[in-house]
Amino acid sequence: MDSLLSLLIWFPILGAVLVLLIGNNRIAIARWVSVFISILVFVLSVNLFLDFDTSTSAMQFVEKASWIGQFNVFYHLGIDGISMPLIILTTFSTVLVIIAGWEVIKNRVADYMAAFLMMEGLIIGVFSSMDSMLFYVFWEASLIPMLLIIGVWGGQNRVYASIKFFLYTFLGSVFMLVSLIYMYNLSGSFAIADMYTLPLTLTQQSWIFWAFFLAFAVKVPMFPVHTWLPDAHVQAPTGGSVILAAIMLKMGGYGFFRFSLPITPDASSSFATVVIILSLIAIVYIGFVALVQKDMKKLIAYSSISHMGFVTLGVFVVFSIMKMGADGQLVSINGSSIESAYLGLEGAMIQMISHGFISAAMFLVVGVLYDRLHSREISTYGGVINSMPKFTGFAVLFALANAGLPGTSGFVGEFMVILGALQANFWFAFLAATTLIIGAAYTLWMVKRVFWGPINNPDVSTLSDINTRELCIFAILATAVLLMGLYPQPVIEVMHASVINLLEQALTTKLPVSL
Amino acid sequence: MMNFQFNVSELIFVLPELFLLSAISIILLFDLFASERLKPLTYYLTQLALIITGWLAFDLIGESAIIFSGTFVLDTMGSTFKVFIMGFAIIALVYTRHYLKAHELLRNEYFILALMSILGMMVMVSGHSLLTLYMGLEIMSLSLYALIASARDRAVAIEAALKYFVLGAIASGLLLYGMSMIYGITGSLDIAQISNFARASTLASQQTLILNFGLVFLVIGVAFKLGAVPFHMWVPDVYQGSPTSVTMFLSTVPKIAAIALLIRLLIDGLGDLQHYWSDLLMIIAVLSIALGSLVALMQSNIKRMLAYSTISHIGFVLLGFVTGVVEGYGAAVFYVLVYILMSLAAFGSIIVLNKNGFEADQISDYQGLSKHSPWFALIILVVMLSMAGVPPFIGFYSKLFILQQVIAEGYIILAVIAVVFAVISAYYYLQIIKTMYFDDADKEITVSAPLDMRVVLSINGILILLVGLMPSFWMSLSVSLF
Repeated sequence: MDSLLSLLIWFPILGAVLVLLIGNNRIAIARWVSVFISILVFVLSVNLFLDFDTSTSAMQFVEKASWIGQFNVFYHLGIDGISMPLIILTTFSTVLVIIAGWEVIKNRVADYMAAFLMMEGLIIGVFSSMDSMLFYVFWEASLIPMLLIIGVWGGQNRVYASIKFFLYTFLGSVFMLVSLIYMYNLSGSFAIADMYTLPLTLTQQSWIFWAFFLAFAVKVPMFPVHTWLPDAHVQAPTGGSVILAAIMLKMGGYGFFRFSLPITPDASSSFATVVIILSLIAIVYIGFVALVQKDMKKLIAYSSISHMGFVTLGVFVVFSIMKMGADGQLVSINGSSIESAYLGLEGAMIQMISHGFISAAMFLVVGVLYDRLHSREISTYGGVINSMPKFTGFAVLFALANAGLPGTSGFVGEFMVILGALQANFWFAFLAATTLIIGAAYTLWMVKRVFWGPINNPDVSTLSDINTRELCIFAILATAVLLMGLYPQPVIEVMHASVINLLEQALTTKLPVSL
Repeated sequence: MMNFQFNVSELIFVLPELFLLSAISIILLFDLFASERLKPLTYYLTQLALIITGWLAFDLIGESAIIFSGTFVLDTMGSTFKVFIMGFAIIALVYTRHYLKAHELLRNEYFILALMSILGMMVMVSGHSLLTLYMGLEIMSLSLYALIASARDRAVAIEAALKYFVLGAIASGLLLYGMSMIYGITGSLDIAQISNFARASTLASQQTLILNFGLVFLVIGVAFKLGAVPFHMWVPDVYQGSPTSVTMFLSTVPKIAAIALLIRLLIDGLGDLQHYWSDLLMIIAVLSIALGSLVALMQSNIKRMLAYSTISHIGFVLLGFVTGVVEGYGAAVFYVLVYILMSLAAFGSIIVLNKNGFEADQISDYQGLSKHSPWFALIILVVMLSMAGVPPFIGFYSKLFILQQVIAEGYIILAVIAVVFAVISAYYYLQIIKTMYFDDADKEITVSAPLDMRVVLSINGILILLVGLMPSFWMSLSVSLF
């Protein structure tokens, strides 16, 4: 199909309008229409995977039409191996959250479903834009439904959390806008591909790098601009947390892949150590912060930040492994093979996708408990296994995946990144590897306090186990987590050509060689 | 020496103005002699007059001439501005009628005064001599003073009218003073001759000094009329005190006329002194953006908040003029048009909630609106996000255009300041969204506006989204005016 990407973007958005028109009074129809739309979009997006040509790093499914002639802005879509898995992750997660919100959301159901469909379309737009202005429009527009989701269906402190979320990310993004315009004025084009080839001095690159960094680091989020995330996660409804963790954070990681590395390769290289240190702080320090949380959602939010640290670590560690030789061939800095640079980048990608599954699952686990007892406090629970055995089975599986147990998807990405980091610097790898201990500590300790042990709270004994709907969601997620953990090869194959291309771009200097 | 010649064939170029003037006279007489039963017709005649005037102006697009011995210019920019003035005025009057009805202020003089001020704006837009420009400005302003005072039993309205009158008179005085300087040194009131004089390279330093001196007063006068910092003091009080329909009128159509005044005086007339007035405007622009954004944060009255938001929008408009290039001017004009479209919808949504003399002008009046009237809540959401500059709404593209021009001219710091304050201003727009969507309502809100008001407001809101998705046409139109 020629316009598959457009269909994937606009079908959910128009579907959202339809659901809005159905209205909050016809709940059953709104639910069924939404779930139908989301499944249809997911099925359509699988076509991206099936028809994808893994042998090339070129953009595929390209669509191009003039949009704003004044600025040379094109409605230009296309995907490569980096964006395609993220799009499928988006469509997949949207189906889950819509089913997860089925009977849990009682207030303004149609609006709720519509907001998620709208967001799905916008985020697919983010991942498939090849024009930076189009990208920016989708990037910012996706804040609006999330603002409303947190603000309308959130918890006690939702107003504070939603506005903090919005302003934080908005502030980060406007600097990206300024640097995009700056590059447009240099090159006369907003096309991302033209920015790759735009010659920039190191000073220009540094400014642009930090402007991009603000936008993407806030989104990821990286230490020290992560403070909006715990608030947003804790206050958001379960579905909101899932989308936030599973997809929105990935937009930041994607930004590093798509913008920072290829557009500002020299600045990325010179500031790589700073980013790596921030990533390690996120991995270790935020891991410890997670350990002391009393609120389950907050704990998972901090664990998200810690896990996303692996993404930025994997991306920027390549600068310590490889460099571009004078003859245009990649050469190793300290004797390691080029494979370890791939390990870093591909590990980061795998980590993003795996985190999409695991964090979604973890937030849904908390959601199930919250729906029943309306508490996120760890201390409320204890001995849940006695009344909810099936649920506990899934919860423990996801918790182990979160801790990075081999065989689950959580292990693959982290292990790849650690292996890559080991080639760069032993201490990077050492610090990153501590997460296997800290991560296991905070996750398993939470499991122990919530699921094992005696029942302290009489309410816990009255809990009913998960119903079929919840069982389905968890079963799908468990399959995904195990599949990715045992056989990640298809995903790696899809992205391999694009990663090779990206690595070359990231290591090719934009500066005059005569320096 | 002025050599005044009158040629009847030139009248064709002032057809819109002539028509509007005749229409005003006829409507005035009609209203005087109409029976009670026929009085409501005045409103429809007013709208009809605006439509025909707009059509006549549209018909003249493409024609260009300088007539009446160089006092009146007809060009594409002037005609286009007139079409937009008519279009926006039509929308504004639809909202106005509902407001006047709900507040029992419906007197037909209102419409006639509005028409009169629109005539003044048309004269300003086409003024090609300092005198014509000043005359247009006064026709417009005097009618506006009377409009504000039309709620004559409200103390705040009278206060607003007086404040606007006194400060407006001072501004006019300053403008006149500047004009007299310019006239004194150039010996002409004609914009073209002033421009020729300023272009001449053989100016004595004395002459340059006086020219610049006059220029400063012109800039002050224009800044006053636009409500830019530090000449903004009247804006919040007048916006808050005036009846909402007048506030809406004030904050929308006259801005086109004020921008036209700026273009005629500074660009057409003193374009060669651009490096002088650019610096002046830059300071005014940055102060406006900063003060408008910061002070709006603390407002609980939505009209007052919109007043400060207007100040910061005007700052963005002026940034476009700071660039000193044609595309920058185009960006500024685009911004003004977009701002007016958003402002109309914003005030329209205040008015749509009016009922039985109750003014919905406190932000807290919007509590729970999304439950009782999801459609209008959605429109207000769109308007507020658009004003905050969030894509994909039209307000984003106007900011983008300005920023692009500002950065292209090398003022990166200005762009950074502007975007930071744009983020700060997003906070108070979010407050309204928060009130509508996140707060629980403790009282029922019902929208009882008539159909025409609902339809026009809906179209207004949808335009903000649709033009946002397809901004190309408006953008190139704005640039093509110069």
